[in-house]
Amino acid sequence: FVPEPRLQYVPVKGDRVIGIVTVKAGDVFKVDVGGSEQASLSYLAFEGATKRNRPNVQVGDLIYGQFLVANKDMEPEMVCIDSNGRSNGMGIIGQDGFLIKVSLGLIRKLLAPKCEIIQDLSQLYPFELVLGMNGRIWVKAKTVQQTLIIVNILESCEYMTAEQRKQALAKLSGN
Amino acid sequence: QVWQIRLDLHLLNHDGNIIDAASMAGIAALCHFRRPDVSVQGEEVTVYTPEERDPVPLSIHHMPICVSFAFFQQGTYLLVDPSEREESVMDGLLVIAMNKHQEICTIQSIGGIMLVNDQVLRCSNITAVKVAEITELIQKALENDQKVRKEGGKFGFAELIPDQKITAFKAGSAAVDTQGVEEQAEGIIAQADPPADLFATAILHTPGTAQIGEGIENSWGDLEESEKEEAAEEEGESEATALDKIETEDADADAVRETKKGEPIVLSDSEEEEVVILEPQELPGKTR
Repeated sequence: FVPEPRLQYVPVKGDRVIGIVTVKAGDVFKVDVGGSEQASLSYLAFEGATKRNRPNVQVGDLIYGQFLVANKDMEPEMVCIDSNGRSNGMGIIGQDGFLIKVSLGLIRKLLAPKCEIIQDLSQLYPFELVLGMNGRIWVKAKTVQQTLIIVNILESCEYMTAEQRKQALAKLSGN
Repeated sequence: QVWQIRLDLHLLNHDGNIIDAASMAGIAALCHFRRPDVSVQGEEVTVYTPEERDPVPLSIHHMPICVSFAFFQQGTYLLVDPSEREESVMDGLLVIAMNKHQEICTIQSIGGIMLVNDQVLRCSNITAVKVAEITELIQKALENDQKVRKEGGKFGFAELIPDQKITAFKAGSAAVDTQGVEEQAEGIIAQADPPADLFATAILHTPGTAQIGEGIENSWGDLEESEKEEAAEEEGESEATALDKIETEDADADAVRETKKGEPIVLSDSEEEEVVILEPQELPGKTR
């Protein structure tokens, strides 16, 4: 894979993305995924959801889901369950944390197995990380300051070489 | 008949405050633009091409520039020129468009925030300062561009590419791994053929003309002969294979000739050329 510095995301079927709920219209939510159109998400597309047992989704919530339908002729459709009906890590992303936007190439780099950046960061402090193929990253660490530090390092990974990143992390863990 | 002008703004990338950036880009583009010159005589209208007459700038009376203010916590905090992150959490936005004569062209409040009089006045004072700076920047850039175009230097996109130094595109020195090079070199030398026989003696023809060795034989004559032979034998053979055959023939011929070292040296096989060795104090004849 050649990491692309591309910023604009184009929905692809099967891609897992982070979306922001913008409209709650009865049975269907509209989710902003950073593409040219908003994706639609049905309230039944969550694990264990029935007509009586509806998921607690509010406008402004972050959703981690995958595209069921994504072509250039229709508005994309996303779901938070896989083909077996299990959530498999998808669903509503919890409270707090910080959402940032990076280039699509960086996301692919971070998703590679045994990514050095992630390994180096995990030496620093424990944190939760969700990577969306649409260029969005959600980070949550124990304190706001730790979260912001991780966010800054992830953003600057676009431009820093491995050397510079290791220097920066060494300075941080020294403190 | 009137002129119609269209301004297209393409947003490639942004980190917030698109309105201000777009207004600066738009007004700079309009001031920089040149339209074809026109002369009107009664009913007759002549439009001159850029080659006939220099294009003329638009008549721009003033340069309105937008400045944006982001408000937080019900007007307690005010940020000029908010970034993307600041815009995503602001309560509301106030945009003031002003020109350098301190005339307000536009005020727009986005987000429905409640603002007090003196807040708006403060914002307009800040705007006046900013607009003066920005207008001067744009003017300087336009003047610089005009000067560079007249002098024939680089302008526009070409200006951004520096190449005034020979080393502008020099690649950094790359480290070469020289481990094991010695063994590799020795191996290659051991496997290589020994160098050809060296002719230690120089044959002196006349004072000033000497010959060492025999040199490579002229193979042009051989080429013509063998091509005729092969054309008769096999048709449609490629030139490459024909040449290969000729080379092996030459190699054989050379090997034969080397054994006859003691014989008189022939400088050229060709019968067409007349070879004359120059003697000093003699008239120069035909030379090879």
